[in-house]
Amino acid sequence: MQAGPENATTTDERHSSRVAFDVNGVPREVTLDNRTTLLDALREHLDLTGAKKGCDHGQCGSCTVLLDGRRVKSCLIFTVTLDGRSVVTVEGLAGPDELSPLQAAFIAQDAFQCGYCTPGQLCSARGMLDEVDRGWPSAVTEDLAAPPELTDAEIRERMAGNLCRCAAYPHIVAAVRATAAAR
Amino acid sequence: MSTDAVGRAYPRLEGREKVTGTARYAVEYPVDGVTYGWAVPSAVVRGRITRVDTAEALASPGVLAVVHHGNAPRLAPGLEADLWLLQEPTVHYRGELVAVVVATSLEAAREGARLVRIDYDAGPHSTVLTEDHPSLYKPDHVNPSYPTDTEEGDFDAGYAAAPVRVDATYRTPAYHNNPMEPHATTARWHDGRLLVHDSNQGASSVRAALAELFELPRESVRVVTDHVGGGFGSKGYAKAAVVLAALAARHVDRPVKLALTRQQLFGPVGYRTPTIQRVRLAADTDGRLTAICHDAMSQSSTILEFAEQTAVYTRSMYAAPHRRTTHRLVRLDVPTPFWMRAPGGCPGAYALESAMDELAVAVGMDPVELRIRNDTPVDPDQGRPFTSRNLAACLREGAQRFGWADRDPAPRARRDGRWLVGSGVAGSSHPARARPSSATATARPDGGFHVRINATDIGTGARTALWQVAADALGVPPERVEISIGDSDLPNAPVAGGSMGTASWSWAVIRACQALRGKLRDGVPTEAEVSAGADTSEEVGGQPDLPRYAYGAQFAEVRVDATTGEVRLNRMLGVFAAGRVVNPTTARSQLIGGMTMGLSMALHEEGLLDERYGDWVNHDLATYHITGCADVESIEAYWLDEHDGELNPAGVKGIGEIGIVGSAAAVANAVFHATGVRIRDLPIRLDKLIGVSDLA
Repeated sequence: MQAGPENATTTDERHSSRVAFDVNGVPREVTLDNRTTLLDALREHLDLTGAKKGCDHGQCGSCTVLLDGRRVKSCLIFTVTLDGRSVVTVEGLAGPDELSPLQAAFIAQDAFQCGYCTPGQLCSARGMLDEVDRGWPSAVTEDLAAPPELTDAEIRERMAGNLCRCAAYPHIVAAVRATAAAR
Repeated sequence: MSTDAVGRAYPRLEGREKVTGTARYAVEYPVDGVTYGWAVPSAVVRGRITRVDTAEALASPGVLAVVHHGNAPRLAPGLEADLWLLQEPTVHYRGELVAVVVATSLEAAREGARLVRIDYDAGPHSTVLTEDHPSLYKPDHVNPSYPTDTEEGDFDAGYAAAPVRVDATYRTPAYHNNPMEPHATTARWHDGRLLVHDSNQGASSVRAALAELFELPRESVRVVTDHVGGGFGSKGYAKAAVVLAALAARHVDRPVKLALTRQQLFGPVGYRTPTIQRVRLAADTDGRLTAICHDAMSQSSTILEFAEQTAVYTRSMYAAPHRRTTHRLVRLDVPTPFWMRAPGGCPGAYALESAMDELAVAVGMDPVELRIRNDTPVDPDQGRPFTSRNLAACLREGAQRFGWADRDPAPRARRDGRWLVGSGVAGSSHPARARPSSATATARPDGGFHVRINATDIGTGARTALWQVAADALGVPPERVEISIGDSDLPNAPVAGGSMGTASWSWAVIRACQALRGKLRDGVPTEAEVSAGADTSEEVGGQPDLPRYAYGAQFAEVRVDATTGEVRLNRMLGVFAAGRVVNPTTARSQLIGGMTMGLSMALHEEGLLDERYGDWVNHDLATYHITGCADVESIEAYWLDEHDGELNPAGVKGIGEIGIVGSAAAVANAVFHATGVRIRDLPIRLDKLIGVSDLA
């Protein structure tokens, strides 16, 4: 059975809520157990298994998605809080016909091996580049008043919340650097 | 005709699926009527379950069943005891998985697991490895089948007579594999057949294990392992998740998804044993080794004997007339250790390559030169020439690329502001072996070819590498080749482990493709498909027993904060001699990954066990630190062009493990060079170096 609205409803109505939110630009309405995290809503109820469960505690970054444009760890967010919000997952990064430049750069730079942390890395990098565009500093930014310059040290620091046990880190940095440079 | 696909930098075949989120891992397949399993760990270390109270759990909404030793389907005994789960009330270690709650949702299963009440009769326990532990003993062999001890010449006399001696004891803590994807399984039974989607490193052996446990013909079990989120050894065999999921699915007669939690990955799936290693080296005044002794201690569980082959590395690495290696083991009330990237070689090389650095200091010799001086074309252990040994070439090329020639050998002699700066080197080696495998190749009327083999791609790039190998063996452009892996219905193949995957699988792929070409002498098929198969058992088994090894040399530069003791890696560079490289892109990634895990071992990782509770307290990724993106400033991997005709048809040596071997020693040696302080127990945390400006 493909997950659909009927599968997205749990039977215990006392502890369930109806939530309407956008996922990858598509309005979704689900009735879910109030304990259901965004990560589990995506994976178990909306058949969007791109976001990965690596730790379920917000420690590894594999579940990173964009919530109203900002990167968040979806295992730490209760779906019941998301009425009217907008979520973008790794499945929503590519265009209808071609990969986003970031996704293409990850392939070109071999920025992953097992691929399990990759959806989180991609969403995190997407959100991180927007943060830089907005002028947000990081812990390694020297001049807090000036627009941040996206050095390798900045990329490494800003991507430090996404663990990769295969350790594709140098290639992840290269992919982000190439994507940023091509914009 | 060769199309020269091998050696070219193709991107991964599954790259698009992995960057779009469409690559499905073990618990990501939609399944009708699926339920969720949540494993319950034991709360005591050693003892016996006296009562399982399931009432409250079963009353919780959505909970379907609590499966435990009192009601679980029976498993056949006799296979690995670690897999005989939910069969008896005995508890062997804290965290042993003693029950599974099955529910209609993840949330209900998790809540149900919290509500299961288990009473125990608990006994005293012993969970800490010490060098004077009263239960130390000599195992019959070490993993997988090496002699426990070896001795040539007279070590004691040789050591006593030498003018230069090093005697040092090194300690490594427990390391936990922590692949990003936990061990996870979707299991379903239908008409007495078992289908599992499982995260493992080899579906053929997992199928065999399940067939034996559930007393089924192997044909009645299918294990699909399409994409695997890393393993690093911990998924090298059937583990708790797949057995528990299959048990639970049979019990509730519905499909079950079960993923271990991150916390449950610290124990029940194996880990690298802590080690205590004494290394003694003796040399003459020009640095030539005269005596080598490596005594290694490690632990196993009361369930199974797993004896890490820690000192085996030392048997073949450097030559000396007087040599001894020993292994001693203690059986503790702990989970069973298991494979973790380069078992034996990884901790063993940390000790030996650190001791070589100490010897270089004692002799007053450059550590690169010291290693080259003690290089040997003949395996000191087997007494036969290595099929190829390019350790010296790796050291020389690495030294040149790294800029080693400018190095001032004096420790603690360079300062950059608040940082003390130093560099270090280590050698590395890893056996280059192969196991029997089978494969089939099919020619289609449309001009395409299909190669089938139950290999596993755990992130190594195996799918892509075998596709390249097949194209060359068929003499066609790779675009005309389709490759299928990761399914036990495909021809049997060994695990992705021991740096043997590509060597073993490519051997069978090449033979199957050659057999197909023999059949196709009359031309490509016009109507029906033509297939040929190969099984390399006889050929691999008949291979002469020669010492075959890959080699490497790692160079590291660190900076150490003179006040806080914080260690940062400026750069690391490795040069490897690993036979033919099938795909430079994926090979480089694996080597860099291995070196990074060595950095992680040197500076970050440490399982901290609380003896009162007999368990690791830092059992998550917030407190068990692994190297992150911000820790890796520069890591580069290179390799030599190496051709060894005594390996396998593809000429490969395996590259999954050589990267980690030696890397921790290179970092530790660099820390000594920077600070003048030798830390002999890993990891080199800042508290061991705090106030280093006042130390040494």
